[in-house]
Amino acid sequence: MVVKVYGPVYGSPKRVLVCLIEKEVEFETVPIDLLKGEHKDPDYLKLQPFGTVPVTEDGDYILYESRAIIRYYAEKYKSQGADLLGKTIEERGQVENWLEVEAHSYNPPIHTLTVQILLFSKLGFTSDQNLIKESEEKLSKVLDVYEERLSKSKYLAGDFFSLADLSHLPFTHYLVGPMGKEDMIRSRKHVSAWWDDISSRPSWQKVFQLYPPVF
Amino acid sequence: MVVKVYGPAFASPKRVLVCLVEKEVEFETVPVDLIKGEHKHPDYLKLQPFGTVPVTQDGDYTLFESRAIIRYYAEKYKSQGTDLLGKTIEERGQVENWLEVEAQNFHPPVFNLTFQIMFTPILGIPTDEKLIKESEEKLDKVFDVYEERLSKNKYLAGDFFSLADLSHLPFTQYLVCQMGKEYMIRDRKHVSAWWDDISNRPSWKKVLELYPAPGA
Repeated sequence: MVVKVYGPVYGSPKRVLVCLIEKEVEFETVPIDLLKGEHKDPDYLKLQPFGTVPVTEDGDYILYESRAIIRYYAEKYKSQGADLLGKTIEERGQVENWLEVEAHSYNPPIHTLTVQILLFSKLGFTSDQNLIKESEEKLSKVLDVYEERLSKSKYLAGDFFSLADLSHLPFTHYLVGPMGKEDMIRSRKHVSAWWDDISSRPSWQKVFQLYPPVF
Repeated sequence: MVVKVYGPAFASPKRVLVCLVEKEVEFETVPVDLIKGEHKHPDYLKLQPFGTVPVTQDGDYTLFESRAIIRYYAEKYKSQGTDLLGKTIEERGQVENWLEVEAQNFHPPVFNLTFQIMFTPILGIPTDEKLIKESEEKLDKVFDVYEERLSKNKYLAGDFFSLADLSHLPFTQYLVCQMGKEYMIRDRKHVSAWWDDISNRPSWKKVLELYPAPGA
């Protein structure tokens, strides 16, 4: 039985897809149309009561929250594919540290920018320019910390690619691509090199190819 | 060498303290006065470049983000104290699921309520009543999901107390005490029983006694 991943065209589910490819784990996908409101369907809410994507179904075993799903699969398949958790408990601690940084410091402003710039224009809503400006300033400060960190270590958790770096792929892609804010990455030498490295991994290229982003 | 935990008077560091007590790991604390702005001091920023609490120093090994720190210590000391990660990889997956739910769904509205109700008066900033109302509505919806979940399971991740439950302690304590919103818990039968269970654990009572919240 192959794991099913719901909502593959969207940002958060792509964390799961790229993780499964890195771990050489087969999967199927199930489309969910957020614009049509399919995530608020009673059948979907039975799987994911908060009505967000992704959710994974692995036989009877259901999981949601993309960063929980990637931790689970990275641990379950630790002995195959790329090791995304580090080799020791201390290395895993660093992975957890920087994955939490992505979740709490990086994701909030970049998610707001995605909604205000990409989603609102798609829906024909007026964006809040103040909110866009504030979010860009917050994200700039986070990227300044990343620049300092990445001047000392090749990847966020240390000298190895991990879940902490992987978690940044989907929304940073939106930033440099359709949002037209590549300068935020390119104006920072070490962040720029890191972005080139992680975004050119075959796993990310494959996810991109199979499930073109909705924006 | 004993692990040092910075900022014990505040909520997020209390996740770490209660975890270390559950895991029977000795620790020391280092006060950081957020009201005086000590978290923005250059020396503090060397340890935690985002300028928030907690950070832990374990000899040379430094970690920040409370939910990273509790995962690390729960794993490092898996074989002593309470097992906070479940017994199998599948149980751990459920712990991760509900710890992420706490972080992504529960925390943002309860944090907004905490900041607006408890801290804007101390900081002399105007209180945003609209944000308070919106945050309470969001938190209500989250508690409705919890009520359903806890009608089927004793704890969030299953039939065992875990990091997922523990992570809720500090800010829910603020909600029922300092913020005067205990009704949000008591109006829900299973959430109410769960809160009584987890908040009466000796580890939590000890943390509250040793490190009272500012103004408590």
